[in-house]
Amino acid sequence: MMAASKKMPEQEPGELEMLLPWHAAGTLNARDARRVEEALARDPELAKQYAVIREEYAETIHLNESLGAPSVRAMTKLFAAIDAEPARKPGASLNFSARMAGLFARLSPRTLAWSASLGAVALLLQAGVIGTVLMKDQNSTFQTASLSTNEPITRTLGPEGPPRALVRFTPDARVADITALLDHYEASIVDGAKGGMFRLQFGNRPMNRDEVAALLGKLQHEKIVNLAVATP
Amino acid sequence: MQVLYGRHHVRVFRFGLRLVRDEQVAEDLISEVFLDVWRQAGKFEGRSAVSTWLLAITRFKALSALRRRKDVELDDEAANAIEDSSDDPEVAVQKKDISEALRECLTELSPEHREIVDLVYYHEKSVEEVAEIVGIPENTVKTRLFYARKKLAELLKAAGIERGWP
Repeated sequence: MMAASKKMPEQEPGELEMLLPWHAAGTLNARDARRVEEALARDPELAKQYAVIREEYAETIHLNESLGAPSVRAMTKLFAAIDAEPARKPGASLNFSARMAGLFARLSPRTLAWSASLGAVALLLQAGVIGTVLMKDQNSTFQTASLSTNEPITRTLGPEGPPRALVRFTPDARVADITALLDHYEASIVDGAKGGMFRLQFGNRPMNRDEVAALLGKLQHEKIVNLAVATP
Repeated sequence: MQVLYGRHHVRVFRFGLRLVRDEQVAEDLISEVFLDVWRQAGKFEGRSAVSTWLLAITRFKALSALRRRKDVELDDEAANAIEDSSDDPEVAVQKKDISEALRECLTELSPEHREIVDLVYYHEKSVEEVAEIVGIPENTVKTRLFYARKKLAELLKAAGIERGWP
């Protein structure tokens, strides 16, 4: 009954024993997961080893999460390199777009679920923002993309509008933190969480390239911001 | 491209950083990886997940970067010698709890053990996906992780921590 577990250090590991780490990570197929569950239920030694694996799993995640994120330099370098690439032919471009679309279509269910969750959070956030605007009095300094208490309600149709950026917040960012950030940057959400990114608009005047770069650099260093990239 | 970058760049960076152990090099790596993706998107045939494809490219580029660095050799012995210059686990973990000791010892593993532990636990890759990324048979993936875990247990034992396995 306990053939799956390893009794002596010199023995070769059993098949199910070797699958335990994947069981801890939730990446086994249904059949193997069921086999491992059954083995764990009947073999205390295997269950003991599984508890050890769960610790390793948790600490590996902790360790990797503590590594932080790359600086804006990496992204700047990448997009500069892409800008320097030769222009693509229309046919090739279409093919590339189709490939990229296919590429996104193959995102893992977990990633898609994560994006969907963020979408739901975005809807709640939008509702919160609208509610806040409606509830605040005239002294409020908060502005939305379409409503300003100091200026006529008009839109600039030309290309020289206020700067916008795609921003992804950290998973642990609270709504209160995001609201405070929006307030601080005089920013408003102009589009929901597509692919986990919010489209934000900053202030109500155009900025030059240096100002936009400085703004994005500052944003990127915010604790609750994972990524900020300029967007039309 | 921005969305793809936004979704994957942190994990690509962390995977690269754990391999090359240098933030500047890891940042250069992710630029190279995503530039390759930009250039080769047409070659992506969808046989694997996007993240698997990205991690395989990252691993290849990380190993190339390591080969370029004269001060770092690829073989475990040299890598371990470099790792030994950091805190001795016996000393480092004395005042720490088991969790901290575990994290300390995870950094002491050889590069090939580190990468397999990270791919399975952090990047949540299946046996098949790890085999594809590392370029080894599936059975080797399983045994390599098993022996990586044994090595981890030995490091912890050397640091005075017994967890009841093996």
